[in-house]
Amino acid sequence: MIQRTRGWGKLALHDVWEYRELLWFLTSRDIKGRYRQMALGPLWIIIRPLIHMVIFSVIFGALAKLPSDGLPYPVFTYTALLPWTYFAGAASQSVGSLVSQMHVISKVYFPRLVVPLSAVLSGLLDLFVSFIVLFGMMAYYGFVPDLVVLTLPLYILMGTATALGVGLWGATLAVRFRDLQFAITYGIQVWMYATPVAYTAKLIPERWQVLYQLNPMYWVIEGFRWALLGKGHAPDLLMLVPMGFVVLLVISGAFVFRRTERTIVDLL
Amino acid sequence: MSQIAIQVENLSKRYRIGARENQVNTLRERIGNLLASPFAYLRSTLHGPSEEEMIWAIKDVSFEVKQGEVVGIIGRNGAGKSTLLKILSRITEPTNGLAVINGRVGSLLEVGTGFHPELTGRENIYLNGAILGMRKTEIDGKFDEIVDFAEIEKFIDTPVKRYSSGMYMRLAFAVAAHLEPEILLVDEVLAVGDADFQRKCLGKMGKIGKEGRTVALVSHNMTSIVKLCGTAIWIDNGRVSTIDDAKNTVQAYLASGLSAINGQVVFEEPHETIKAYVSSIELRNGNDKIASEFDVLSPIKVRIVFRCTRRFTRFRVAVVVSLFDGVPLFSTTSQDYDSIQGPFEAGTYHAQLFIPAQFLASGQYYLTVALDEPPVKQHDLHEHILRFKVLGNPFRLARNVGFLVHPFEWKLLS
Repeated sequence: MIQRTRGWGKLALHDVWEYRELLWFLTSRDIKGRYRQMALGPLWIIIRPLIHMVIFSVIFGALAKLPSDGLPYPVFTYTALLPWTYFAGAASQSVGSLVSQMHVISKVYFPRLVVPLSAVLSGLLDLFVSFIVLFGMMAYYGFVPDLVVLTLPLYILMGTATALGVGLWGATLAVRFRDLQFAITYGIQVWMYATPVAYTAKLIPERWQVLYQLNPMYWVIEGFRWALLGKGHAPDLLMLVPMGFVVLLVISGAFVFRRTERTIVDLL
Repeated sequence: MSQIAIQVENLSKRYRIGARENQVNTLRERIGNLLASPFAYLRSTLHGPSEEEMIWAIKDVSFEVKQGEVVGIIGRNGAGKSTLLKILSRITEPTNGLAVINGRVGSLLEVGTGFHPELTGRENIYLNGAILGMRKTEIDGKFDEIVDFAEIEKFIDTPVKRYSSGMYMRLAFAVAAHLEPEILLVDEVLAVGDADFQRKCLGKMGKIGKEGRTVALVSHNMTSIVKLCGTAIWIDNGRVSTIDDAKNTVQAYLASGLSAINGQVVFEEPHETIKAYVSSIELRNGNDKIASEFDVLSPIKVRIVFRCTRRFTRFRVAVVVSLFDGVPLFSTTSQDYDSIQGPFEAGTYHAQLFIPAQFLASGQYYLTVALDEPPVKQHDLHEHILRFKVLGNPFRLARNVGFLVHPFEWKLLS
């Protein structure tokens, strides 16, 4: 039965579940295709955050001598760069995903949610690979994580949800306003400096701290440090506010996405 | 009684076309426009579009397709055939009306959708299969068959970017052809590949039809429509014009080349927003008389009167001569000759295409005329607008085989 859907419609997540194999194929196409015909190939997954780490270590660590909570600067920033690189990649990929996949979308039907989901998922796989280097660095500097490391999945989930929320809203809007694909790059850059990736959160004056901590990525980054290195902000009640915000973002994003999805092809 | 597979009721789809652009002539106006355009874009996106910006791609289309029927959908370019298929395959939603579909739908609006050039043939089979809605286990089961059909055993682990275009098309079609939906929607995919492969595809399509599955096929190739389909639907200007036995529909469609019979057609003044349009087309014989039947020994002069409502720096008139079944025989454009290079100022023009005597063999032909602004914009198109006949001369050049004749040189060497 095909007819115009009125109002907001349903999320119909079971539809997405039906197409889970496609989700997997699109994700693996993304990953496999990305590193073909490169000398270093998938090594780039590791190299990218590594290069960032070196740059940050030299500029912020060695030259600007930013405090790093008493941790060796490289491991301090790399622990933050992992989730950040994942978030930034996943968010910007999924924002551009509908537009970049339009040749497929305009020719075949499948639940369009699969497209931004696969963009986020392929970033997640990259993240897991990058952990190898982190564990190597932790071993080198002699960090042994204790039991709180088990909270790590929670932070990964929160980062994923934030990326997905941004991605769903962004992808929907980017169909109408392609400008967003450019804008998002800068937006994310600004966001990074508003998040304690390169510096410690203690640099922020006390009276701004509450506002500063409303940023969901603050908790992801600090959580990573806390779970892996034992320094950083342990989760507390304030974390529930940005968490609730992210949940709201994802749910509203999904509905808005669903709503545009019906006639997306006409706009692309 | 057989079951209904597709039931369409009053289906309509409205599209938004761009608003009329303002003419810009001076640099100053251009800069002004550049600065104003973000606001104009925002306004046009946020506000509902006005009536004149909307166009009904299809309007009140109703029909039924029974299970196991192979139905052809024909019509001129832009008539709404592809929009119809897009709605039926759920790619976009209709504005009004509804369609009820009983059975799993597979749509094939393009072959090779989602192929990734860097991935191997094997990986692409799985990827493309999944995009078309196949399960992995299903693809596993048909894998060998697909590779076999595509004739690419040796290259199955080579990235598809290294494939020849023929191999690429074969692989793409092979995956699609092994999709086994209850209802298959196909758009024009048969128009690809070499003759040999096309035959193979047609054979496969015929087989799918015989297996009791329902097929809806959009094509410009009237031969394959008649050959494959029982019923055909002719869509004209977004509405159903005829639904009948395929042969009858195709004949009605081709004969609709308007007053074409007498070798002349005059068009009404179109909507004012059109920037270039054809006013009339005539066919004249060697004696400059308007005609629709020509002796093979007579030239055919195609006279096209067209109007430009603004200046064009690049512009061309294109003509396609097609065989009786709609397959193009040759095409030619005014740009092929240096004498008619632009620019074209606004005004009325008379152009003539000279098809020499002893070129087209006896038979029936259709003429298509288009006005293009290269490289991509088409301003006017009249498909199969005139029908004409070439008659064999009883004494010379009676055709045996083929569509072309030529005063070839023959010599007895010994």
